[in-house]
Amino acid sequence: MASETVVSNVAHPKADAPVKPARSPAYEAYLRSLKRRAYAIQAWQVGLLVAFMILWEVAPRAGWINPMLTSYPSAVARTFMTMLEDGSLLVHTWVTFSETVVGFVGGMVLGIACAVALWWSPFVHRVLDPFIVVVNAMPKIALVPIFYIWLGDVASIYAMAIAVSLFVTIIMLYTGFSAVDPDKIKLVRLFGASRLQVLSKIVLPASVPTMISTLKVNVGLALVGVVVGEFQAAKAGLGYLITYGSQIFQMNLVMTAIVVLAAISSVLFIAIQGLEAYVLRRSGK
Amino acid sequence: MQTPAVDAAPVVAIRDVMLHYFSPDRETLALSNISLEVERGEFVAIVGSSGCGKSTLLSLISGLIKPSRGDIFLEGRKVAAPSPRVGYMFQKDTLLEWRSVLDNVLIGAELLGLDKRAARKRAEDLLRRYGLGEFLHSLPHQLSGGMRQRAALARTLCPDPDLLLLDEPFSALDYQTRLALSDEIAAILRTEKKTIILVTHDIGEAISMADRVIVMSRRPGRIKVEHRITYPSAGPERPTPFEARKCPEFASYFQTIWDELDLHEVQ
Repeated sequence: MASETVVSNVAHPKADAPVKPARSPAYEAYLRSLKRRAYAIQAWQVGLLVAFMILWEVAPRAGWINPMLTSYPSAVARTFMTMLEDGSLLVHTWVTFSETVVGFVGGMVLGIACAVALWWSPFVHRVLDPFIVVVNAMPKIALVPIFYIWLGDVASIYAMAIAVSLFVTIIMLYTGFSAVDPDKIKLVRLFGASRLQVLSKIVLPASVPTMISTLKVNVGLALVGVVVGEFQAAKAGLGYLITYGSQIFQMNLVMTAIVVLAAISSVLFIAIQGLEAYVLRRSGK
Repeated sequence: MQTPAVDAAPVVAIRDVMLHYFSPDRETLALSNISLEVERGEFVAIVGSSGCGKSTLLSLISGLIKPSRGDIFLEGRKVAAPSPRVGYMFQKDTLLEWRSVLDNVLIGAELLGLDKRAARKRAEDLLRRYGLGEFLHSLPHQLSGGMRQRAALARTLCPDPDLLLLDEPFSALDYQTRLALSDEIAAILRTEKKTIILVTHDIGEAISMADRVIVMSRRPGRIKVEHRITYPSAGPERPTPFEARKCPEFASYFQTIWDELDLHEVQ
């Protein structure tokens, strides 16, 4: 973008009162080109989505692929509307959504507690470190049948959602805690701070950005845990719909559930992105 | 300095202090046989090349670490833990980016359990005096480097310590800001009648600000020599650091201390 060089004279935002300078024509042109580019990107995104939908609708109807395997958007939309009207879709969505939220909030709370414990006692951290690394590397999905046997159909889903995100949370948060500026810790210790005060005044507030990026990772992971848990155990939820639909060869049902899952994960992700933007703006990053 | 000390004991007395560091592969003697007294109201600068243990000496005086041998006394009492009567200023401003400027200044009062109202009034007062009156509720990232360091000074002074330990507090700033701010801070500290120990590797900063300059040797850190700094050519009053740099005495102190630091041996 050649126009960038013309407008390199950006006012420094620090300390000065915000005076709006008059925009030069070159700057106006630069802003217009930015806007045009943004529109072009959005147009392509919508276009790609529409093209995909058309292809998905046309290909089975034209006999290029077997509609039994793929269903079509119009059929999915009909299933979606019917299930919305009889309320069953909302029930299943709510089940999965609430399990996911409970799962990642639970994973987060437990993860913070464990990371604090490890930070508190470097000895405990040294002892447990290899175990945490190994458990984190292990595919937690393998535990689904065990959790089902131990905990039954409801609790095993929550347990799965927590298990999937817990260890990566501990590792990310502990790393964040250890990276806190030692001079800030020295600062409060010079004012006589206890270890608990070092934690509450420095380590935890300094780690808020780390917590949010952990949360971002966890939303996706918790959803994976819940859906896999539902495959095995559930009598409701979108994961259950997917298994049920595929067993009776109802692709409309499977696809509907998948679309709603995509919507749930987007909603959660956007919510956390909003939180992140808010926090980063506050800390000036 | 001019007034005789109220109580007989010096503000800081360091007696035969040694400090060893241990790591799995070696034992390091960081400080060896340090003895030093600082009188009430005195401004002492400690200069030395990097790694000579001068910052470690400040940590010892503050009570954060304990000497392997020897004792440190603050106003006659042996140092065992950080004391609210000691203020510490860091190389970086270490402002907490999630707290407003005012709340940053108040963190000492908060942790020391001082009266909240009085502390808040004093904090606002200090910040106004340092030209930060409009930024009480701003976040640190909205301030320039010099303003941030002034906020850090306000934070150090808010609990009203008698002794100030300054650990290269200007070295993170650019040259112009550093000169301007050291003038400002020297004036503030002299009117507040604090006892000050400044650690620096900047000879000019030390001799332009301090009454006494202590030169430390390379590791293991020892006190090599000390100089009483006076500027007779500037008249009876102590010149500001900026004026001091223009005095003929400045150049001769600089040359002497430069030679004593053995900097040419550093690769």
